[in-house]
Amino acid sequence: MLSRYYFMSVKIILFGKLADIAGGSVSIDNVADTDSLVDSLNKRYPELATIKYMIAVDKQVITENTVLNKKSMVALLPPFSGG
Amino acid sequence: MKDQDLYDRYHRQIILPEFGEGGQRKLLKAKVLVIGAGGLGCPALQYLTAAGVGTIGIVDDDVVSLNNLHRQVLYSVNDIGSSKAERSANILRALNPEIKIIPYNERLTTQNALAIIDEYEIIIDGTDNFSTRYMINDACVLLNKPLVYGAISQFEGQVSIFSPLKGSNEAVNYRDLFPDPPRDGEVLNCAEAGVLGVLPGIIGSMMANETIKLITGIGESLINQLLTYNALNNQVYILNLSARKETKALIPKNESEFLKTDYEWLCAAPVQQNEIDPGIFNDMIAKGNIDVIDVRELHETPTVNEFNHIRIPLAQLADNASLIKSGTVIAFCQSGKRSLQATRILSGIFGETKEIYSLRGGIVEWKKLKQTV
Repeated sequence: MLSRYYFMSVKIILFGKLADIAGGSVSIDNVADTDSLVDSLNKRYPELATIKYMIAVDKQVITENTVLNKKSMVALLPPFSGG
Repeated sequence: MKDQDLYDRYHRQIILPEFGEGGQRKLLKAKVLVIGAGGLGCPALQYLTAAGVGTIGIVDDDVVSLNNLHRQVLYSVNDIGSSKAERSANILRALNPEIKIIPYNERLTTQNALAIIDEYEIIIDGTDNFSTRYMINDACVLLNKPLVYGAISQFEGQVSIFSPLKGSNEAVNYRDLFPDPPRDGEVLNCAEAGVLGVLPGIIGSMMANETIKLITGIGESLINQLLTYNALNNQVYILNLSARKETKALIPKNESEFLKTDYEWLCAAPVQQNEIDPGIFNDMIAKGNIDVIDVRELHETPTVNEFNHIRIPLAQLADNASLIKSGTVIAFCQSGKRSLQATRILSGIFGETKEIYSLRGGIVEWKKLKQTV
């Protein structure tokens, strides 16, 4: 099962309004880094492209494109304004 | 205050070995400013007052209304129509007359923010809108004040501490998380999206807890971390934060720049289509009467000699905005990302007095198209 070995699925958890759009968690297949993950997400959920959010990989908020592996846990968090 | 009274009132926390009399004395000496006496502010104020924080400032220009009462637990029906700052101050004085409570019944603006914030050691942001949140963040960065941040939406909350005290280069602020404010309507507030009343109670109490830990030095604080809490499933995530290189350029460098920044405008205006294609870019250059700015670092290539432009690297843009004289400005960079940031910086400075554009795809795309023509 060589193909299975190369098959990579990244788990993403979403917060706030992002979860309303895409659900609380989704899996995306075959993405090598966070930039391509965002591209895939935007294709699947176009509304996500209109919203600002920050990206965390393995509980570290990232500030630039980051390589993912099959164990990566990605979180997408929108800003909240309420007080 | 007499020592015997002090022991009596704060006995249950003084007997905690980690806290002790030393912790209590630190609290009594501390000066904390709570901005927003609403859903987050009420529980935070209540616990900080009860715990004996020596001086507490309360900023809020709003009055109590009936639809506040399901979550703003300091107030009762008799308070409807009263100033939140004044009313909460009186309620809190009754709870603990030994401490100093200073109400500011005014809206926090660029004009009063620095003077008020400077009087305090720790700032708590319990406001309900992005323009004030970004203004408080920038003011705290300018004044080197630790900011206890909390925000809520529907069933979820976020808590963090942005503190300059932990090694200045690593210090994270709100703009490292979200560099630019969302525009009006992009993110719904409590009035539009709703909020479970108990949620700000939980998040506001966490903010009070983090403040007390910060003052007394006990436990592990949320400095450079963001905690998220979901009231529906009790999931808690703690994420580590890091500073971004670009953040510095987004924050006013000094008091005069801060005073000139229009935070309302940054958040309130609708999203502007201010990116232009290389073709339109060429047309505009041909027409003239514009300032074109290269916001790349000075060493970056390709060099541009095809059209007149000024070179101001992004980080120095705000300082040198006065070099821009024309009514129309186009920023460009390598790929079109930094120039988009530049348009936001310039919009913050010039508001609607100038037309501000960014070259889509950057100079790389422009050169590519030029070759194919």
